[in-house]
Amino acid sequence: MDVILGLLYVVILFSLVAVQVLILVFMERKVSAWIQSRIGPNRVGPWGLLQTTADIIKLITKENIRNIQSDKVIFFLAPILAFVAPFAGFVTIPVAENLGIQDLNMGAVYVFALGSSMVFSVIWAGYGSNNRYALIGAMRSAAQMISYEIPLVTSVLGVFLIAGTLSMREIVALQESGTWYVIYQPLGFILFLVAATAEANRAPFDLPEAESELVAGFHTEYSGMKFAFFFLAEYTEMLVACSLMTVLFLGGWLIPFVDNSQIPWWIHIFVFIFKVYSMIFLMMWFRWTFPRLRVDHLMQFGWKVLLPFALVNLVVTGAVALWLKS
Amino acid sequence: MLQQEYLYVLIFILGGSAMVLVAMLASWALRPSKPSKAKLTPYECGELPAQADSYFQFNIRYYLFALLFVVFDVEVVFFIPLVKVFNSIPVVAFIEITFFTVVLAFGLVYAWKKGALEWE
Repeated sequence: MDVILGLLYVVILFSLVAVQVLILVFMERKVSAWIQSRIGPNRVGPWGLLQTTADIIKLITKENIRNIQSDKVIFFLAPILAFVAPFAGFVTIPVAENLGIQDLNMGAVYVFALGSSMVFSVIWAGYGSNNRYALIGAMRSAAQMISYEIPLVTSVLGVFLIAGTLSMREIVALQESGTWYVIYQPLGFILFLVAATAEANRAPFDLPEAESELVAGFHTEYSGMKFAFFFLAEYTEMLVACSLMTVLFLGGWLIPFVDNSQIPWWIHIFVFIFKVYSMIFLMMWFRWTFPRLRVDHLMQFGWKVLLPFALVNLVVTGAVALWLKS
Repeated sequence: MLQQEYLYVLIFILGGSAMVLVAMLASWALRPSKPSKAKLTPYECGELPAQADSYFQFNIRYYLFALLFVVFDVEVVFFIPLVKVFNSIPVVAFIEITFFTVVLAFGLVYAWKKGALEWE
């Protein structure tokens, strides 16, 4: 019974994620157009709304090219893992009071574990393609992802320390009686935002893709549906990262200064979505505002700036928590 | 009970892969397939690849960063159970964990001074 229900969830969530990605791609193009004083897509459908649907149809009917040197199995597995890793993260994300697929007692750690397994898909894609650009892009990407993963996890440890739990649902519930954790952990929030942007390979940390120097980085050789899944994975990862920020720092579905038990659940869903999309808008804003970092600056920023700050943040949070307790 | 919780995780990983495969199968049914020799060579900015394989030697720095990653990732793994029980530990434990953090911070400083974090 659970298996059938679970599979139903998978299908529903897959469609939801696919629709979200369509909206996000459209939003990204419109936001970039708006920031750069252009119009953006406006030909297909009203206001260009069907543009991304047309793109998906193009990608589905596009020929699948796999070069003769590539490693068949690894080349095939990479886009699957790239998509499944962030997709499975949705299992534990609570959208409203009693809405979420399954609350795991180690929820947050589970999402981070999935996030770090993304690095395998990048390495597989680069290695499987057997292409110079792809391999350089993959190596850079792997170095970047492992470097930013440490500040990413260290910066949220402060939140777990205050909450004393790793379950996402309990963390949101704790913010109901108190304040949002972004108030207690402003530095942690900023560090997390920066590290999550880097972890999702978003600009200004999009070195693995670096169109102008590495063609398209690790997915140079991919075309058609396999490319579509790398694309989908990037936006899914962004959704998961922004949902995490919402849950851990911005109080999930909660509305501030209001008795939340009086509010119907569907408003909570809208609040949650609003918060997630605000964070996504912020990330898009980053992309069209900051120039891409150089590879050496990128690594130094991760190790010399983010990591020391994250460690200091953790120790100070611990000390303050202990002082308040005694 | 634990298995019950993580059943959904398993379903999501397998089901998610299945959805990807279904989408790829749909694309396989719809797409054309006209391979040619030039189309199947690895991409190299319009030229033929200079050598057959691209599995070349890597910069050693990637390895240094990987080593540092292992050290600090293990550290994070130690922190996670600690922060969960933080509200019920004595002050001595906090001092111990601070000491542990400081030792690691020294490791970072050492790597920094040795130039392991430079990328020339």
